[in-house]
Amino acid sequence: MSTRDTVRKYILENYLFSDDQSALADDDSFLDKGIIDSTGILEVIYFLEDDFGITVEDDEMMPENLDSVNNIVSFIEKKQAQ
Amino acid sequence: MCGIAGIINLRHNTAINDAVLSDMASIMYHRGPDGTGIYNDKQVGLAHARLSIIDINGGNQPIHNEDNNVWVVFNGEIFNYIELRDKLKIQGHVFYTHSDTEVIVHLYEEYGDNFMKYLNGQFSIALWDKQKQKLLLIRDRVGITPLFYTQINGQLIFASEIKSILVALKQAPSLNKQALDQLMTFWSPVSPNTLFENIYEVPPGDFLTIENGSVKKKKFWDWEFAKPGEYLDKPESTLIEELHDLLIDATKIRLRSDVPVGAYLSGGLDSSVITALIHNYGDVDLRTFSIGFDDGALDESDYQNQMIKHLGADHSRIQCSYSDIAENFRATIWHTEAPILRTAPIPMNQLSKLVHDKGYKVVLTGEGADEVLGGYDIFKEGKIRQFWAKNPDSSFRPSLLKRLYPYLDLSKKQGVIYLKNFFGAELENPELSYFAHLPRWTTTAKCKQFFSEDMKVNLSDNAISELEKTFPARVSELDPFNKSQFIEAKSLMAGYLLCSQGDRMLMKNSVEGRFPFLDHRVIEFANSINPKFKMKVLNEKYLLKQSMRRYLPETIVDRFKQPYRAPDIPSFFTDKTPEYVKDLLSIETIKKYNYFHPARVEKLVNKIERGRAIGTKDNMAFIGILSTQVWHNLFIEGFQSNIKTNN
Repeated sequence: MSTRDTVRKYILENYLFSDDQSALADDDSFLDKGIIDSTGILEVIYFLEDDFGITVEDDEMMPENLDSVNNIVSFIEKKQAQ
Repeated sequence: MCGIAGIINLRHNTAINDAVLSDMASIMYHRGPDGTGIYNDKQVGLAHARLSIIDINGGNQPIHNEDNNVWVVFNGEIFNYIELRDKLKIQGHVFYTHSDTEVIVHLYEEYGDNFMKYLNGQFSIALWDKQKQKLLLIRDRVGITPLFYTQINGQLIFASEIKSILVALKQAPSLNKQALDQLMTFWSPVSPNTLFENIYEVPPGDFLTIENGSVKKKKFWDWEFAKPGEYLDKPESTLIEELHDLLIDATKIRLRSDVPVGAYLSGGLDSSVITALIHNYGDVDLRTFSIGFDDGALDESDYQNQMIKHLGADHSRIQCSYSDIAENFRATIWHTEAPILRTAPIPMNQLSKLVHDKGYKVVLTGEGADEVLGGYDIFKEGKIRQFWAKNPDSSFRPSLLKRLYPYLDLSKKQGVIYLKNFFGAELENPELSYFAHLPRWTTTAKCKQFFSEDMKVNLSDNAISELEKTFPARVSELDPFNKSQFIEAKSLMAGYLLCSQGDRMLMKNSVEGRFPFLDHRVIEFANSINPKFKMKVLNEKYLLKQSMRRYLPETIVDRFKQPYRAPDIPSFFTDKTPEYVKDLLSIETIKKYNYFHPARVEKLVNKIERGRAIGTKDNMAFIGILSTQVWHNLFIEGFQSNIKTNN
């Protein structure tokens, strides 16, 4: 499964509790759509660290890295290239 | 406390059967194991299940006046009954018992429908005036005791617990979908709704007058706060002493009893205050009870031990484990009669069982201090958000929220974007009465994403406006802090803390709770002062701390406030997951009951099993779904058989 598919599946299953692919666009903002709350952000970080083996630094906890499928995929790719 | 029940004919003179009244009382045996009594004059029938606390031998109910034309059944306690009785005797009334109940009939004779304002206590009363053919159903000011009713087939049926009404209805009830929607926003339905269609509560501070076939509802007391500019104009030192004196008297009159009285001791400020006042001013041996948790993050035993040593109390503690939560969950819902979103009531059941097993029937607790004197984090959150709303672009102002949520270590500028999304709701409308509560309600309402499509049909998605409609206009003129207190007292406290987590868990084991902080004199005093004395900047319960510092160790007064929490999700996912959990959460049962979406529930359970559910939202959704399934299983699907197994 591609990184994008893995991330999409995770967000759909764990926040929208759905298999409906149309429920989430890759550029949907998690914040604007109310998908992620104050502890949800921690869950996303655990997911990235456990499933992709990357470490999210404090100053990387920003919407530009974590607030949509597109942003997360870019962030993972950037981290894995380091 | 006791259980009351009854039936009144509204239209026809349908025969009221003694056996039905007896069954209505019997199903509330836990509320009153010491005896039952019935009055039936064919127009009205009254039933009483007694927990004897005052006038053990003479206080059997129903109780009547001198002429046998005013009758009463009553659940609760009138703490100022000694003073009332003395005055009524001077006024010429003749008493035939030494009970607190009897003052009710004579007060009614003396003051008519306004007699309730003379009562200091916790009470649900059914008073029948035989001459006027008038029934009054009265509930105490803040909702300490429960009282429900329904109208069907020309009769009004009432009881302390809904299951007693269901016994009289003899038909399966149905869910009030709107009430479940409200519960999954505010933790309780909007009063007077209950989870049961067409069954309502008498709201706290209200009374119903049933006369000539009509039912009229009227309020005799409500939470009234002074408006800005009209606060009690006294120096802080005077307010400290006034609160001090009020709390001593509120505690002392709550020690009136013909059976021994104990106290809960959680290790927090509020119960420590009450136990210290009993120790210093009560003419009783201090007997205290507490609960400890296997989960160290929830346990407060260290603080409990400090207070036990400080007061020299004779103390008993019970330990709560994960398996206790799962094993007692079903029985708890039988008593709450409503779904719950946290498991917190369950340890409270274990605690009252400990009290019962040690031979006690009465406990004083610190309930109400947070609402009355300003202790909750939601009040702090509201204050910080108000402060932030004055300068929405500030990055410093919202960073104060980290004091409440230390894990939100979003110190960089980008963190403000997250904080704004999590806590910045309606930042442009800080005058909203529910401004402080909006983030909590929004998070709770996420539970509703699990509703089935059928559940959503005809469901108006306006829980907040339904609640707001119940607020009197005067609320909009209050200081934001007092607005939040008003909402907290009317919704979470009355709708959940005093019932699901309070009365129901106490009475399940035939134990009466008494709450000095909810003495109406304490409430009225606190509501009249400037809110800055309740929370000084972000120092919660400031005036209470200043009043009571003299009796307590500094480590208790100045400790970091720890909200009472019980183990939730992990309790249900051990190697001993009970069969009922598996059955009720199976796709087949979810489909059959049809309140929730089977595939979504399955995904939530999968997430939990993978250890990925760490947030409040998932936790509340899971407990809410499971408890709703249990509720349906007990009350809708299997009510008749469950009467036998649970009672």
